[in-house]
Amino acid sequence: MADPLLVLNDICLVRNQRHILENVSCHIDPAEILTLIGPNGAGKTSLLKVALGLTKADSGKVVRSENLRIGYMPQKLIVDRTFPLSVARFMRLTGHYTEKQMQQALDEVGAGRMLNASLADLSGGELQRVLLGRALLRRPQLLVLDEPVQGVDVQGQVELFELIGRLRDNFGCAVLMVSHDLHLVMSATDRVICLNQHICCTGTPASVQRDEQFLKLFGPAILPHLAVYNHDVQHQHGSCPHQGCSCPFGEGGADV
Amino acid sequence: MFDDFMLRALIAGCGVALVAGPFGTFVVWRRMAYFGDTLAHSALLGVALGFLLEVDPILAVMLVCLLVALLLFFLQRQQRLPSDTLLGILSHSTLSLGLVTIAFMEELRIDLLAYLFGDILAVGRSDILMIYICALIALGILIYLWRPLLAIALHEDLARVEGVRVDLVQLSFSCLLALVVAIMMKVVGLLLITSLFILPAAAVRRLSRSPEQMAVLAALAGVISVSGGLYGSWQFDTPAGPSIVVAATLLFTFLQLFPARQ
Repeated sequence: MADPLLVLNDICLVRNQRHILENVSCHIDPAEILTLIGPNGAGKTSLLKVALGLTKADSGKVVRSENLRIGYMPQKLIVDRTFPLSVARFMRLTGHYTEKQMQQALDEVGAGRMLNASLADLSGGELQRVLLGRALLRRPQLLVLDEPVQGVDVQGQVELFELIGRLRDNFGCAVLMVSHDLHLVMSATDRVICLNQHICCTGTPASVQRDEQFLKLFGPAILPHLAVYNHDVQHQHGSCPHQGCSCPFGEGGADV
Repeated sequence: MFDDFMLRALIAGCGVALVAGPFGTFVVWRRMAYFGDTLAHSALLGVALGFLLEVDPILAVMLVCLLVALLLFFLQRQQRLPSDTLLGILSHSTLSLGLVTIAFMEELRIDLLAYLFGDILAVGRSDILMIYICALIALGILIYLWRPLLAIALHEDLARVEGVRVDLVQLSFSCLLALVVAIMMKVVGLLLITSLFILPAAAVRRLSRSPEQMAVLAALAGVISVSGGLYGSWQFDTPAGPSIVVAATLLFTFLQLFPARQ
């Protein structure tokens, strides 16, 4: 097995004496699709930001493989109406690419007609595809996607997840993504990390769905549908193997 | 037909408008209108300190604006208070400090209105030289920073992941803005500076198809506003600074009548 692209070791992140992330360790291998799931405020986006180097963890280590090329797709790109920018200009904002390269990248994500459109005129789904295409231009070894299907209708979500899987197959890049939607993402991922400040459970979609922690976190009602959250069911740390935080910041094991 | 002082005013005003336009586009895109206001208000403290320490007012204004920009940058990074609260605190405390300092200097009589609303008809040759040197420096660095600034304006984190040195670029932009505010003070006065950033840029937005086009058109709209305002001020004997802003507002309103270009 090749060395992992990215390793996170015992990451703790504390804001206002509250743990956002607690002793989180994980890794991502080349060409695997790894999905972070968890309730609102579980620290999914924070973990992505630590992995990307946008946020500095209070303790723990982030190890990236040498010269790791990352393509990033942020959660929300709000294009102001006052900003007259075409898709083509947007795609070569921080790099130099030829028209042909850009067209190829857009064709790859099914947005071939968008090259000369105005960025502010795109619909939610079109913008997500353009963002994906833009990330591909960098020939990434790792694609980091923060809620890639947000604001897209169900049919569009299915297509986007299929597209992400196809990109992995075609380009051999690993994918690290955050998702809110459990049902659709389960069919599109190799490995799942279930996060709620700490890692509750991890494994293949099939094994995670049977995991006690997963059911505690999302509630048994999730089983027949695997699509609906149950926000009322609180995660009980009493039965969780998690031992509380050992890092010197904030209060350890806040929920116990 | 124009007197000598009118010609000097026109040359100075156009110099300022040419640099305010492109900077104004970023003020609009990045929603920095309040930031511009804060820099402008702190300029009065610079004027007061300039007289107190007997240094050139424009130089003192630049220094104070620069310090305020730096202070804001570091306070914002701490994230203890929301940005607009910080801006409000700095904006009004520096303005008041300036007014109080001026009141203390009893032996000195400063024409406060000239600083609040501009005194473009009184610009001399050295002022014009100063304006054009500063404008050239500011525009030169702005062109150099153009692409990274666009990337940051669109999405800060995305720019950071793609290797843009976001903090450095932003800090440089704030410092340049401080420089521009200092030379604009003489023309429209510190209470109206922000309007010369925003009005031309907002006026031409619907006619622009690219960021560069918007910057150039904004500069042009600024020049038209300055010329129109000065002409109006001469015709109707109105104060020059506010007349320029009124001209800019009329131009803005007029351009809204045209359909947007796609």
